[in-house]
Amino acid sequence: MSAVIDGQAHEEHHEHHPAGLMRWVTTTNHKDIGTLYLWFSFIMFITGGILALGLRMELFQPGMQLWNPEFFNQLTSMHGLIMVFGAIMPAFVGFANWQVPMMIGAPDMAFARLNNWSFWLLPVGATLLVSSFFVPGGAVAAGWTIYAPLSTQMGPGMDLGIFALHIMGASSIMGSINIITTILNMRTPGMTLMKMPMFVWTWLITAYLLIAVIPVLAGAITMVLTDRHFGTSFFNAAGGGDPVMFQHIFWFFGHPEVYIMILPAFGIISTVIPAFARKPLFGYSSMVYATASIAILSFIVWAHHMFTVGMPTAAQLFFMYATILIAVPTGVKVFNWIATMWKGALSFETPMLFAAGFILVFSVGGFSGLILAIAPIDYQVQDTYYVVAHFHYVLVAGSLFAIFAGLYFWLPKWTGHMYDEKLGKWHFWLSMIFFNITFFPMHFLGLAGMPRRIPDYALVFADYNAIITIAAFGFGLSQLIFLWAVLKCIRGGEKAPARAWEGADTLEWTHLPSPAPYHSFHDQPDVK
Amino acid sequence: MGPNTGRSMAVAALALAMPGAALAQSNIVYNLQDPVTRVGQSIYDLHTLMFWMSVAIFVAVFSVMIYAMFAHRKSLGHKAAQFHENTTVEFVWTVIPFLILIGMAWPATRVLLAIKDTGSPDLTIKVTGYQWKWGYEYLKGEGEGVSFMSSLATPHEQIYGNEAKGQNYLLEVDRPLVVPVGKKVRLLLTANDVIHAWWVPAFGVKQDAIPGFVRDNWFRVEKEGVYRGQCAELCGKDHGFMPIVVEVLSAEKYAAWAGEQKKIMAAAADDPGKTWDVKDLIARGEKAYAANCAACHQPNGQGVPNLFPPLVSSKAVLGPDAEQIAIVLHGRKGAYRPNTIMPPLANLSDVDIAAAITYTRNAWGNKAEDNLVQPAEVKAARK
Repeated sequence: MSAVIDGQAHEEHHEHHPAGLMRWVTTTNHKDIGTLYLWFSFIMFITGGILALGLRMELFQPGMQLWNPEFFNQLTSMHGLIMVFGAIMPAFVGFANWQVPMMIGAPDMAFARLNNWSFWLLPVGATLLVSSFFVPGGAVAAGWTIYAPLSTQMGPGMDLGIFALHIMGASSIMGSINIITTILNMRTPGMTLMKMPMFVWTWLITAYLLIAVIPVLAGAITMVLTDRHFGTSFFNAAGGGDPVMFQHIFWFFGHPEVYIMILPAFGIISTVIPAFARKPLFGYSSMVYATASIAILSFIVWAHHMFTVGMPTAAQLFFMYATILIAVPTGVKVFNWIATMWKGALSFETPMLFAAGFILVFSVGGFSGLILAIAPIDYQVQDTYYVVAHFHYVLVAGSLFAIFAGLYFWLPKWTGHMYDEKLGKWHFWLSMIFFNITFFPMHFLGLAGMPRRIPDYALVFADYNAIITIAAFGFGLSQLIFLWAVLKCIRGGEKAPARAWEGADTLEWTHLPSPAPYHSFHDQPDVK
Repeated sequence: MGPNTGRSMAVAALALAMPGAALAQSNIVYNLQDPVTRVGQSIYDLHTLMFWMSVAIFVAVFSVMIYAMFAHRKSLGHKAAQFHENTTVEFVWTVIPFLILIGMAWPATRVLLAIKDTGSPDLTIKVTGYQWKWGYEYLKGEGEGVSFMSSLATPHEQIYGNEAKGQNYLLEVDRPLVVPVGKKVRLLLTANDVIHAWWVPAFGVKQDAIPGFVRDNWFRVEKEGVYRGQCAELCGKDHGFMPIVVEVLSAEKYAAWAGEQKKIMAAAADDPGKTWDVKDLIARGEKAYAANCAACHQPNGQGVPNLFPPLVSSKAVLGPDAEQIAIVLHGRKGAYRPNTIMPPLANLSDVDIAAAITYTRNAWGNKAEDNLVQPAEVKAARK
């Protein structure tokens, strides 16, 4: 950028953009695209949530009441696919779009047009995915893991699902390339890698994970596609293939995928906690190393999802040890957050409530993960509600609560208004309470022997299931408070100062007004 | 909605208000089932150990956090310290968890090695997963040669709320697997169509059954009784409706059972040359159809739209019988909708196949020209 151009004229030139719908269709602005990602993710979150409530209604009491078993399987499968690929992943890309340029002192993302294209692929993929409910045979019903050979038996809904995953995967890869290029090339002078905000670090590592594993998923589902239509036998023993190979390939993608959904969450938490403790993050470099270690380990633990397929003893031991090892860097992170809070000057506005709640409840998911890693125990609880409890503790109390923490934290910067603190607190407490009533009893169900993905169950499981269904509705309805709080904040409210949070010290708070201007930094800020 | 609604609502309301009260109820379950094998017991103990270690670490770590949350508040006038980075502390909190994890991995390894020893069994049984039932074949040991299918015995009426649900709702089968107490039973598992998983929680055994491959596992039950489990791998529509029941008998009772089975099998072995009349074959076919065909084509022969074709007025059923025999024996793919699969059912006896086909040709208003298929025709078609 040339400093010769008159600042005022420059600003006006760049602020010019189409209004109305075309603004959003043609936008190449990182903030607009970030907003699109976040609203898309919220719509998918509500869609996936409605599917979840649909399956919970059937499980309210024993016996088949509302759906037939085929449709029940569609509900569980589509709930998983939509939440993973439609809600959680795009939400974090939305955060990256909004925050990465501002946090590194850049004017926008590196590839502005590619950015537009990465977003607009998503609604196309999502439409394909959801429309599969209306084709003969219905939507994907083989679980979100679409294990072969069950997935080769499905109707055309499976093909639509595969195409949708391809499209959404392409979007993720393009988004990742953009994020990596932006971070590596557009940092303001003086911001060395080891001075980057933690959120930027976690996204840099996440983007590499995405580029590494999305093509693996694409390979696996393409093989399913050719097995279905072109007579190949990758996963069919009668033609020389192996059904278990699908699981190996899928989980080689699937386990890093789990960290793709949690590392940016760690980044948000590592940003929010120091801000509300008014104290620097305790161990910045050890947090960076821990994030990198988790990412590397994620490539050598995939078969812990498959302890019951019957592997050689040595393989079981290897995957068990490697999985247990992940507890070390994860522990380092938790200890760091607590050490950051220790002797701080803590205050508990909504972002901090969600962050503190995250640490506590996510750790429950961490411990159940450790127990699942022990292969002999896994024999008993694999594919039971214990696993369902585990991954909802890490994905809802983990990823989702971090997303909420980040949204309440940055809304003042994005909208220029403070959100309604009272609504935020209601949202937190109701979500926290209903979340735990919904998912904690699932540990008991799993231990006692209730398999997952069943539309009907033995009588001994009835009471817990009734409680879970009621609490699930409570959790779902609590999210309407969130919608209300966000809409209210967008439309007005107390004017947010440039540095809305006393302890916030990244560039968007220290160098930009609230709301942040359409183009973040015309001149690169100095970082010591 | 059945009579259970009111009760569930009441229980749920009560439990939401007073979790303690709900837990105090006698039939509430919250832990692994009581194990009846040594492996099951060692898994149970391992879980108890891991659980309490986790609780201890959780309490230790989070009491620090909770203390800070209350003591180091800005509203109490607490001033933020500005310390950060301390190599000693960071080294300690990396190494101590590592040592704890070694402490966890050690007993886990010992249990795993014990589980993996499937050698020198007293009895070997082949288990085959079908959509959606289990097949058992006694391959070696006492009872050798016995084989049967085991499917859900809970009546349709109970599932759809037209009848009160029985005590073992969804956990009961027509023919349980029978094994002797105290003997090492080795299972060889495979599947006919998609992946299933054979799981009996009280034994501590869960093993995927994979089509085209054989996996093995084992158990030695130390207590007579009836033990119940379920398929644990999503296998399609009726995944939730293919339970496993194992009856564990004393050595004498088991020997008597095995002897009786052999006699029954010998008596039931159909004379291959016998010519059947329509009425007998239809009666036999109704049972064979219910056990092997009705899950997909439905008891009323109407199928499930877009997934499983109807047999009422179906071309295959009303047309030449040789074609229908071929479909049942060899299965076929994509004839109804592009990805629908009819699995091959060649494992059924000639008489059962002939009977089931004859039944479909005469039931639900079907009037096939060729309404009687003799077992001999099936036998000839196998070659």
